Amino acid sequence: MDEQALKLKSIEYRKTILTIIHHAKAGHTGGSLSCVDILNVLYNRVMNISPQNFSDPDRDRYIQSKGHSVEALYTVLADKGFFPREELNTLNEYQSHFIGHPTRKVPGVEQNTGALGHGLSVAVGVALSGKLDGRSYRVYTLLGDGELTEGSSWEAGMTAAHYKLDNLVVIVDRNGLQITGPTERVVALESLEAKFRAFGFEVRTCDGNDIADLINTLEQVPFETGKPNLIIANTVKGKGVSFIEDQIGWHHKVPTDEQLADALAELERAQADLVKVTA
Amino acid sequence: MELGRPNLEEFAATLLELAHQDRDLLVLTSDSRGSGKLGSYAEALPDQIVEVGIAEQNLVGMAAGLAATGKNVFAVSPACFLTARAFEQIKNDVAYSDRPVRLIGISAGVSYGALGSTHHSLHDYAALRAVNNVDIVAPADNFETREAIRAAYHHPRPIYIRFGKRAMPHLHAPDTRFEIGRAITLRQGADVTFIATGETVAPAVQACDVLAQHGIAAGVISMHTIKPLDEEALLNAAQTSRALVTVEEHSVFGGLGEACAAVLMQRGVYKPLKIVGIPDEYTVTGSQPEIFAHYGITPDGLAATAQQLLAVELA
Repeated sequence: MDEQALKLKSIEYRKTILTIIHHAKAGHTGGSLSCVDILNVLYNRVMNISPQNFSDPDRDRYIQSKGHSVEALYTVLADKGFFPREELNTLNEYQSHFIGHPTRKVPGVEQNTGALGHGLSVAVGVALSGKLDGRSYRVYTLLGDGELTEGSSWEAGMTAAHYKLDNLVVIVDRNGLQITGPTERVVALESLEAKFRAFGFEVRTCDGNDIADLINTLEQVPFETGKPNLIIANTVKGKGVSFIEDQIGWHHKVPTDEQLADALAELERAQADLVKVTA
Repeated sequence: MELGRPNLEEFAATLLELAHQDRDLLVLTSDSRGSGKLGSYAEALPDQIVEVGIAEQNLVGMAAGLAATGKNVFAVSPACFLTARAFEQIKNDVAYSDRPVRLIGISAGVSYGALGSTHHSLHDYAALRAVNNVDIVAPADNFETREAIRAAYHHPRPIYIRFGKRAMPHLHAPDTRFEIGRAITLRQGADVTFIATGETVAPAVQACDVLAQHGIAAGVISMHTIKPLDEEALLNAAQTSRALVTVEEHSVFGGLGEACAAVLMQRGVYKPLKIVGIPDEYTVTGSQPEIFAHYGITPDGLAATAQQLLAVELA
């Protein structure tokens, strides 16, 4: 899919995310909006995953460690045709499969997540299996920056480098905010790049809300033979809606009817502008 | 009773046999191949053992990832660390995600003896019983260990198996059948039945001989599977005996004893019952046999407990 089409998709995804969170009256608005461009580029440009090949042992894998941004994942999976789009309206409902964190009950989800600091270990296991069997797939895992204080992430990182897992692509959604405040004020993470390099990763930094930059960075994988890949994707929490962007309060705030209308209007203007520029 | 070898060694030998037949069988260790007696395994099949270092959370998370790709994974680590440090990984990455990882808790219970409570696992039955989709097995002797490992290899669900490192006596007749979730009745006794699990089955068997000298007919059930519990065997023992004594190398809270009590009460079966295990206190210092003796998990200790229970029942 080309860059323009991906940009339009990102806007559509944002509209869906806000709509389903509003409908469910719950969800992680800020984080879903910050990471959705990353998922968009992965699922529509980079990864070899579709409903048709989901049981193929050679498919690429995506494991979302930051499970709370599940609305972004469900939205992209619906668009990929893993399940009918209408099912998104059952998010968090009584007896729905659409639980508020990723679950394998939802077609297309590879691993149940939700407790932080788990995804990277699982991804390392999947990547190691690929290496042992000489398979060509890659394993992509999305980590939140706030979850990097979980020690298990670093246990897994050390192991990824030890086993030379250059088929592993770790992406950090570096939006800089967690529920209490800026990550650097909660417990400082910087320098993240130096930390991951010290742990044996080859690191790249990109604008995680810029489609072209994401494509360019992801297409350079593997960054170095024999080293796990790490991308620090600098993003804006709540990206795409002016009054939600970079606001701590929007971590899991649900838009009111009026806020949803304003947000959708803003996104539709962005969509129109994008189409106009292209025309 | 004829002495066999440590269940740990039986486990390692069984695993090696299975792994020779299946290139997709992988053992994961957390710097625990030595304590897991997996030295020969590592020499024979170096490509089928993965070392993760002292990192139990990562051990279990990686095991889930490997299992997701179809590998037949045995994650081997001291029971104390495996089920406490990596509890959340067991709960989420394995059980909730339904990855059929075989979690092997070595040197379980108070096997580490005087190394102290950091190294004891007296919480594992209680903790894992409350987690959906993980079965719990504590084999009593070499036969049960071998069969449990073989059964676990074919088991469709996550399973936790724990055992110790002292040589165990052979308890079973050659034609005994083993099935996960199906208790083995070793002896029947009209007066009292010991419902024991893991390495406490042997002293329970010997306690029957002590009781026989006093004219008391005692039976023993090896309840090797703590979850799912064999309710039928338990209820049968309750119907055929006047009293029941549960025995486990675990806290008296939340383990086999309370599991049995819950079944009996909810089925309306009210029998004199004593739960023998490690009480809720700072565990006494000593070797495994010394700790067992201190808390009455010996032939004489268990016989005395049964006699007291029967005396109360008769009064």
